Amino acid sequence: MLEVSNIKKTFNAGTINEKRALNGVDLKLEDGEFVTVIGGNGAGKSTFLNAMAGVWPVDEGRIVIDGIDVTGLSEYKRAKYLGRVFQDPMTGTAADMEIIENLALADRRGKKRGLGWGVTASEKDRYYELLKELDLGLEDRMTAKVGLLSGGQRQALTLLMATLQKPNVLLLDEHTAALDPKTAAKVLETTDRIIEENHLTTLMVTHNMRDAILHGNRLIMMSEGRIILNIAGEEKKNLTVEDLLHKFEEVSGEEFTNDKAILS
Amino acid sequence: MELATLFNAMPGNIAQGLLWGIMALGVYLTFKVLNFADLTVDGSFATGGAVAVVLITGGVPAPIALMIAFFAGVVAGFATGILHTVFGIPDILAGILTQIALYSINLNIMSGSANMAVNVLKYNLVVTLREIPHTIIISLISVAVIIGLMYWYLGTAQGSALRATGNNPAMSRAQGININLMKVIALALSNGLVALAGGMVAQYQGFSDINMGRGAIVIGLAAVIIGEVIGNAIFGKKMNFVLRLSFVVVGAVIYYIVIGVVLWLNMPTNDLKLFTAIIVAIFLAIPYLKGQARSSFRKAGKGAR
Ligand SMILES: Nc1ncnc2c1ncn2[C@@H]1O[C@H](COP(=O)(O)OP(=O)(O)OP(=O)(O)O)[C@@H](O)[C@H]1O
Ligand SMILES: [Mg+2]
Repeated sequence: MLEVSNIKKTFNAGTINEKRALNGVDLKLEDGEFVTVIGGNGAGKSTFLNAMAGVWPVDEGRIVIDGIDVTGLSEYKRAKYLGRVFQDPMTGTAADMEIIENLALADRRGKKRGLGWGVTASEKDRYYELLKELDLGLEDRMTAKVGLLSGGQRQALTLLMATLQKPNVLLLDEHTAALDPKTAAKVLETTDRIIEENHLTTLMVTHNMRDAILHGNRLIMMSEGRIILNIAGEEKKNLTVEDLLHKFEEVSGEEFTNDKAILS
Repeated sequence: MELATLFNAMPGNIAQGLLWGIMALGVYLTFKVLNFADLTVDGSFATGGAVAVVLITGGVPAPIALMIAFFAGVVAGFATGILHTVFGIPDILAGILTQIALYSINLNIMSGSANMAVNVLKYNLVVTLREIPHTIIISLISVAVIIGLMYWYLGTAQGSALRATGNNPAMSRAQGININLMKVIALALSNGLVALAGGMVAQYQGFSDINMGRGAIVIGLAAVIIGEVIGNAIFGKKMNFVLRLSFVVVGAVIYYIVIGVVLWLNMPTNDLKLFTAIIVAIFLAIPYLKGQARSSFRKAGKGAR
């Protein structure tokens, strides 16, 4: 379970570049809830996910994951509870290391990294099977450097890495935005499968309204550092893009602007 | 310019190259694995020499003196690591600060004198230029053991975390790696190796000198880069990690052979550092220029009207 209460974050406080990016965000997720997050450019979606990941400390509020208050934990300590996939395919993997080494690194998330082997034989077998399920032929290239993979292959691998040790919360920040539509669809399909199989509590930011409606069992919309819409259950199932745009205008009193969302 | 003089000098150059190869392996750990340009080494190399010579002349057996020299280097690297990770000082500057501090510390270790002799006739030394074949054997064994240890360590869970830290810090943090700790560990181990090499070189030449580490970083880089270029030319894609490390040492040996030839050609010793800098600049430039030749604006613009 994830409980976020009243988190606030202001960047460059006290300078002319002062920016209130999070303005009191509250959110409670039950185990296995899969929430899609939409919102205009600069609405604070990435900032919200970064706050949970501990990229920097929040100014106010609490973040509690499965009963553990992580608000005061630094990014690497908090990683124990979180799986993350980023927008840029370069961010989530070590390019100069082998596929299998990347997996083994991720497999030790939240564990002590001592002087035992970096990859064990039994782990190799397990990774082979998991890579096979991705259906990208990566199981036959386990010792290839990750830098040689395409963006889509990298995102699929990062997704696998994020979920190798079951995370308490999975954070996906526009993880298909840098991919071509066909690859994006495939990575989304894999995302759905992995979340379903492992019953993962997930937050997925997307700029594609249709994807936001199609995937997950709850949808939230952000604007100016706040959650302004929260749609779940039957209401979400029957939602259309028009409904969503309409609701946005209703709540915020302005038109929805996300150049990427309008285009897609 | 007798050819025989050159040949007679060669074994000595090879021995020196192997000893400096140990130092280059330390540089490899920071420069290549951690992606950190660490200038501490100019100081920690001399620290290793000073500690070893002071201890040996004080009656400590040479192998034990070398171990203590190693730990003195570890402390130096640790200091740079703390300056960088705890106090947020950029890598190059953190290294320079430690290096400068070490200059005073090294003088203090040698009780204020700029150099200190250790006579092979009086003490039982591990290596010496009076017995070059013996020195070559000992340094080959040392190099093999160190490469073996590095290969093992970097293959462990901790070593993998260290490599990931150098490769992608953001990803490493997201995977729960304490990247600051990894940086400190790598800097400490690297400078330990550098100081060990300093202790061996001091025994080899029969004295330690406050300036013996001046420009060591450039020699280390020269070895790493020359080794890489030659290793890739010979083995190409077949380069595995052990070969990579071995070629660092090969690079150091080649560097000292080239220096031997240059001296034989009567280049004034004063110009050696200039020569080294030019060599390193050339080898650093090769991979870049090769990339440029493959895809450059000039090429793309050919045929433009
Ligand atoms: N590290 C930072 N320093 C300063 N300002 C920041 C920082 N991170 C985000 N911001 C600002 O906070 C606001 C929210 O940014 P955020 O990246 O969360 O938006 P977003 O909802 O993810 O938008 P997009 O759809 O464009 O990705 C923006 O105005 C942004 O400029
Ligand atoms: Mg964003």
